[in-house]
Amino acid sequence: MPDLKEQFLRTMLLIRAFDSNLPTLYNKGLIQGSSHAAIGQEAVAVGAVTALEPGDFVTSTHRGHGHAIAKGADLTRMTAELLGREVGFCRGKGGSMHIADFGINMLGANGIVGGSFGIAAGAALSLQLLKSDNIVLAFFGEGALNQGSFLEVANMAAIWKLPVIFLCENNHYAMSARPEDMLSVGAITDRAKGVGINGIEVDGMDVCHVYDAVHEAAAKARAGEGPQFIAAECYRFEGHFSGDAMGYRDSAEADLWRERDPIEQLKRGLLSTDQITHERFSELESAAKAHVEEALAEAAEAPFPDSAQAWEDVYA
Amino acid sequence: MPEMTYSAALNKCIREEMLEDDSVFVIGEDIAVWGDGGGVFGVTKGLVDEFGPARIRDTPISEEGFVSMAVGAALVGSRPIVEIMYSDFLTLVMDPLVNQAAKLRYMFGGQAQVPLVLRTNLGASGGKAAQHSQSFETWFMHVPGLKVVVPTTPADAAGLLKTAIRDNNPVIFLEHKMLYFTKGEVPDVIEPIPFGKASIRREGTDVTVVATQTMLMHALKAAEAFSEEGVSVEVIDPRTLVPLDMETIIESVRKTGRLVVAHEAVERAGWAAEVGFHVSSQAFDYLDAPIVRVCAANLPVPYTRDLEREVIPDLNDVKEGIRACLKGETYSRGGRADNEQ
Repeated sequence: MPDLKEQFLRTMLLIRAFDSNLPTLYNKGLIQGSSHAAIGQEAVAVGAVTALEPGDFVTSTHRGHGHAIAKGADLTRMTAELLGREVGFCRGKGGSMHIADFGINMLGANGIVGGSFGIAAGAALSLQLLKSDNIVLAFFGEGALNQGSFLEVANMAAIWKLPVIFLCENNHYAMSARPEDMLSVGAITDRAKGVGINGIEVDGMDVCHVYDAVHEAAAKARAGEGPQFIAAECYRFEGHFSGDAMGYRDSAEADLWRERDPIEQLKRGLLSTDQITHERFSELESAAKAHVEEALAEAAEAPFPDSAQAWEDVYA
Repeated sequence: MPEMTYSAALNKCIREEMLEDDSVFVIGEDIAVWGDGGGVFGVTKGLVDEFGPARIRDTPISEEGFVSMAVGAALVGSRPIVEIMYSDFLTLVMDPLVNQAAKLRYMFGGQAQVPLVLRTNLGASGGKAAQHSQSFETWFMHVPGLKVVVPTTPADAAGLLKTAIRDNNPVIFLEHKMLYFTKGEVPDVIEPIPFGKASIRREGTDVTVVATQTMLMHALKAAEAFSEEGVSVEVIDPRTLVPLDMETIIESVRKTGRLVVAHEAVERAGWAAEVGFHVSSQAFDYLDAPIVRVCAANLPVPYTRDLEREVIPDLNDVKEGIRACLKGETYSRGGRADNEQ
């Protein structure tokens, strides 16, 4: 692995800073509707996307800010989208759940759980037909594995050997539902086995582990070996959305997971091997927060779309 | 111009577009080798031999899966034509059509385009019963972001499909089972027919009938019969329901003063109500009689012959509807389900 650790740290800190700012945005009345923080899951987004080629495609979920940031989406335009401004990626029509940047092959966050299975595998089918070297990575949560579309799409991806990576972020909660109560199989990868895909499990709190797994999977998918499946175990530190009282889970459970905080883990590893100093870490952390603040300041200055724009991009 | 079936005309169009554009492919169940070489109704017959199984792609029985994959393929440069064997199975693909295909361009602020054609067939065709006979065209009119095409003649089927394939936005292309083996002249080289242009199939002065597919065929026969009684019936085929050419319809009603709308979808909340609303609001002063609609009864389609005939309107029903309109009487074959809740 090339020495990407500082890059990992920078991007994870940026995602942490972005999603940590969401409650403030609500409190200030700057955003409405739903937005879903992926605090605790940064290593999955960053490890996975960094292992791809820039021309590869990514599909995302309702909990997708981290995926977009890892792919390289501009923070000001992302913030502007959350704030409903004209310069937002979706010109204020999508909001948090639909961040997309086709300019960097980020095919969008989807508000329908499991909605991106088909979009990802279909994009992979097109890439195969058009003889492209690029591949597609689909992020989804463990809750989405109970959508019937997974069986249909993964089966077709397997019979046609499509260049797609199914990356399951097992954050242990689908709103309030836990996989041990909702999944009939013990291991997440057993679901993939059912359609003939040998999945692997990775520690989703360890960015290097995720990177290595996706790097290898991407090489296989690119070489025509067909779909790959990775289950990354992580944890949703916060509620389903901002304001979720989380009566369904024990705070002691979250505390245990917080000890494995992906950013803290990487920081500890780098400190212990003298690859980073405390000062440098603080600099990176401050820079991430400043970046989020600057993006917010710029976005908050940007105009809202004129009401006439509700009628744009309409054809039927 | 050569004469060919509706099915062959669609086949000819798909072939021409696949030759023209490598990004076009067809995906669906039993489209490659079933029967005598392609599709339950023969629309893709022979194409696998010419284009291979990658572009004439047979799928597992996974409608939601392959429609959603077609959406994904369309997002990154392909132009998929999806075949759904019977329109009744559209219930299985509502998420990829309604929440994905219809939404992505708008929801992503114009970044995305979804050049997707979904082809399937409407209608009862004798004994196919409740799950293989329905007409769902109105459902898709209700979803902003989908175009809806309902061709009747072989030439229209081919020309409208050409426009659909070249469209950068999703098109629901609804054929009809009873039309696949009807014949008509089709141009040597198929020209695209623009959406939103109704066709006046027969000019008349006493009453306007707006109808599609089987009901259009009945309307033309009814018009012929009425002409023998000295009644002049104008017959309009809207050809596309989204966009809908209300201008042609309203102009006709301003001339005739009477309107009958006939469709095979059930009466309740069917598109006849939409047409009727526009006419009553835009041509109210021109109307000489209540608007009449001739539609399927508000019932599932039953299996046995006489029961199916009770539900699906036939030539006599269309004639009765026209006669009621001429007399200024109301007419409905929707049935009790409409009135007794």
